[in-house]
Amino acid sequence: MIQIKDVSMLFNPGTVNENLAIRNINLKINEGDFITVIGSNGAGKSTLFNLIAGTITPSQGSIQLNQRDITREPEYKRAKYIGRIFQNPLLGTASNMSLEDNMMITYKKGFKWLRRSLNNRMRDYFKTELVQLRMGLENRMKENLAMFSGGQRQALTLLMMVLSKPDLILLDEHTAALDPKNAEIVLELTDKFIKEYKLTSMMITHNMSHAIEFGNRLLMMDKGEIIYEVQGEEKRNLTVEKLIDKFHQIRHTSFENDRTLLAED
Amino acid sequence: MIEGILVEGLIYGIMVLGVFITFRVLDFPDLTVDGSFPMGAAVMVQCLLLGYNIWLALLLAFIGGVLAGVVTAVIHNHLRVPNLLAGILTMTMLYSINIRIMGNRANVPVLKQETILSRVSELFSGIIPEDYVLLVFFLIVTLVIKVLVDLFFHTDLGMTLGAMGNNEQMVISQGVNPKTLKTIGVGLSNGLVAVSGAFAAQYLGFADVGLGQGIIISGLASVMIGEFLIMKSNRIGVLTFCAISGSILFHGVMYLGRYYGYVIKMTPNDLNLIKGVLIIMLLVITQAKKLKKMTGSVVAK
Repeated sequence: MIQIKDVSMLFNPGTVNENLAIRNINLKINEGDFITVIGSNGAGKSTLFNLIAGTITPSQGSIQLNQRDITREPEYKRAKYIGRIFQNPLLGTASNMSLEDNMMITYKKGFKWLRRSLNNRMRDYFKTELVQLRMGLENRMKENLAMFSGGQRQALTLLMMVLSKPDLILLDEHTAALDPKNAEIVLELTDKFIKEYKLTSMMITHNMSHAIEFGNRLLMMDKGEIIYEVQGEEKRNLTVEKLIDKFHQIRHTSFENDRTLLAED
Repeated sequence: MIEGILVEGLIYGIMVLGVFITFRVLDFPDLTVDGSFPMGAAVMVQCLLLGYNIWLALLLAFIGGVLAGVVTAVIHNHLRVPNLLAGILTMTMLYSINIRIMGNRANVPVLKQETILSRVSELFSGIIPEDYVLLVFFLIVTLVIKVLVDLFFHTDLGMTLGAMGNNEQMVISQGVNPKTLKTIGVGLSNGLVAVSGAFAAQYLGFADVGLGQGIIISGLASVMIGEFLIMKSNRIGVLTFCAISGSILFHGVMYLGRYYGYVIKMTPNDLNLIKGVLIIMLLVITQAKKLKKMTGSVVAK
């Protein structure tokens, strides 16, 4: 479905800050894949997401979606079929607007016209969908999102993104800024929605056991490269220890370093 | 006296609505206002002199303002110029353009021509006491514009504009180009400002290239007074009401300064100083309030 071909990303070329953040990555994302991505800070995970989402354009290589070249398509156009959730739970919703207004804005992607779509039928629809979150938000439709917790807002962002049925969803450590209890809830919801709506997805996580537990494929990134990829049966038999060993084998760095690099939980 | 303040407050209230849209809804501090306000006045007066239909003249003034706003937005969007600078650029260019619109003059009076105001006065003479005709008229005009603005912000497009001022990434994620939204928002805002300028010119009886000087500060002060005195809310109807009330209060304060300022040895030349000090005072008070709220919540825990 998505084909990333020989993509490299060079920041600040020709300066002292020159930084090859992505080195010649090739990746094919198939429909229905749930790919978890791990790697240390600066490994290029977020840069990879930025490239797929269109926040930045690669210095080299091409990105295709269903055989269509989207390498130079701006982010807001790609957003119609690529959904993304950020680590910061505030980025998905507007704080000074009510829950129902937020849901109306995110209900349909693309340019909005001078129509008033928010009516009682839409409100009822939103309420029934909100029940799935089991947070009681369906009774707080008129409240400003500033009144909601980070976990609630992230769950909401997730729900609204899922309802727009994107071709691919990118989860950029979307539970990292939440407290453990809320993180668990949002992660459970994520897994439930992905299975229920058969979404193709990629998830960056710093938690290795989550990376192993969820999804059908796992990518390990380091210094701008995908250094290890595992899927299917092999992934199901993976453990945190095996993963660290693998990293050790590939990179020949000391065990002490591994733990800091792959922040193990 | 009181109806004078009210009329002025209502006329300038239309401009304050425009300033409210850019500063508060879009979070786009737009200084084009200082140029689009006299532009509305210039277009209106020139059209009246040319004998155009008065309503067509008003429409042209609105369109002129929209174009001015669009220029600012385009400079900001496509040349990556900071929004403040983009506004100042347009404002500066408009100074020359406004003089051209007025036929290479800096001041054009409209004393003999029929204006919207003279037409209205004629129409209602005998029905409403003369002193109150303009007050009633502007009450209706400003109210209609306020309701239209409210309705706009209840549409899908209007709500998305509101979301952009709050969270640009969210709008991008919804597949909307924020540049398009900024162009629409800033254009609309300056259209309103120009309409306000067009009415001001008819009320004052002339258009002047310096009419817009410091108007952005008046607008901002009005928005802040409105927010300061009246309750916080997330309902657009309440917010626009606050903006217009703020404008009336602001003009009340200015009126006092103009006519009774001599008591404290103030001259009309000091008014700009007063405006600035007023805004600084409001900023200080709101920050003190915020700080109190924050420390207050810590104590409560």
